[in-house]
Amino acid sequence: MPIALIDYGAGNLTSVRKAFAHLGAELYQPQSPGDLERASAVVVPGVGHFAATRALTSEWHAAIRAGLDRGQPLFGICLGMQWLFEGSDEAPDCPGLGLLEGRCWKLTGGPERLKVPHVGWNTLEPAGDSALLAGLPAGSSVYFTHSYACPVTPATAATTEYGGERFAAAVDTGQVMGVQFHPEKSGEAGLAILRNFLARVSTRAGAETR
Amino acid sequence: MLAKRIIACLDVRDGQVVKGVQFEGLRTAGDPAALARRYNAEGIDELVILDVTATLEKRLAMARTVRAVAAELFIPLCVGGGIRGVDDAAAVVEAGADKVSLNSAALADPSLITTLARQYGSQAVIVAIDAKREDARYAVYSRSATVAAGRDAVEWAREAEDRGAGEILLTSIDRDGTKAGFDCEMTAAVSSAVNIPVIASGGAGDFSHFVDVFTRGRADAALAASIFHYQENSVEALKRHLQEAGIPVRLQ
Repeated sequence: MPIALIDYGAGNLTSVRKAFAHLGAELYQPQSPGDLERASAVVVPGVGHFAATRALTSEWHAAIRAGLDRGQPLFGICLGMQWLFEGSDEAPDCPGLGLLEGRCWKLTGGPERLKVPHVGWNTLEPAGDSALLAGLPAGSSVYFTHSYACPVTPATAATTEYGGERFAAAVDTGQVMGVQFHPEKSGEAGLAILRNFLARVSTRAGAETR
Repeated sequence: MLAKRIIACLDVRDGQVVKGVQFEGLRTAGDPAALARRYNAEGIDELVILDVTATLEKRLAMARTVRAVAAELFIPLCVGGGIRGVDDAAAVVEAGADKVSLNSAALADPSLITTLARQYGSQAVIVAIDAKREDARYAVYSRSATVAAGRDAVEWAREAEDRGAGEILLTSIDRDGTKAGFDCEMTAAVSSAVNIPVIASGGAGDFSHFVDVFTRGRADAALAASIFHYQENSVEALKRHLQEAGIPVRLQ
């Protein structure tokens, strides 16, 4: 079964599609919430302002939650990961999916007054066991570009520090996964993470067939 | 810790890299995809493809080049040169560019910055500024550094940021091609004035120049072309040099 990549108009998805295709994954673009039923997993990508996630209406929320009840893995990338939380200070009246506790907040740059947005390659600090980050060498760097950040919670699989502030760089609850950085732009480290996600999807598909 | 980025620039004309490319034992010399592959293996953080094609017809080859490079590259890819409007930007984004670099077109119509930032996000819009020292200011030039734009680089960078640019690519016309080092004063002046990353360009001659531009120049990233073309493994050697100098870099 193919993986649903939701295009809700938040940025260009060419690179995400290309990376998944490179790894042999079959993707499709759901046209409506009902289209998620045939997905082996759901990917929510996105860059830009949190308000863009308003396009993911309550019908999408319900369809994604129903998919989770059926065991569909869910993977949020960048803005898509922020959307898994309750909301963001960037658009306070725009609710997130609320699967993960807490709200996204704006990076300050810290006492050194570093630039915000946080742009470039930064290191991942693992926070507990995560199949999503399995096999990643210690001190691996990945490519970030964001101004808002997700809180560190029990779902956090890795953190990153910028300007003295630590935020969730990856989340993994087993079924719900997300990365703040761009795995499709993070060289070998990013491809390894996408491979881990695909392995999770095929393990689940195999379990269903049995 | 956030790494200082090392960016390689490929000047491409009619599908071939044109600036001083000379590898030994590489049969596909001049092929942008082959060069991109080598830089990627050496640990380059990002690539810029600059279209130096003169004619409109030959621009059609650019999308093919971008597609070929993007096909096997999973690091950020920026494309610039000859982006005159929304359609040109869409063509390279469609081909696989993550970022587009605007220069003369943004000077002619600054609203283009906002239009593209709304379409693709600010992270996808780089404003390239070519500037040289004139009296006490940094004068901006357009059209491959031939036409004075009547603007100051610091003010133009601030305006570009306000209009939605995600990064500034700042080239010193005085230093470009000289191998005499980056213009650290100009880079620091612009980098201190904005809250978005500044990529320094023009003048890279040896590794110490990169140390200078990341310290005195307050650059967030540094771009070079020919310094990487000649030596094998020079990207990695440069990064080791920077690390020894206490500058955070990404080492694979």
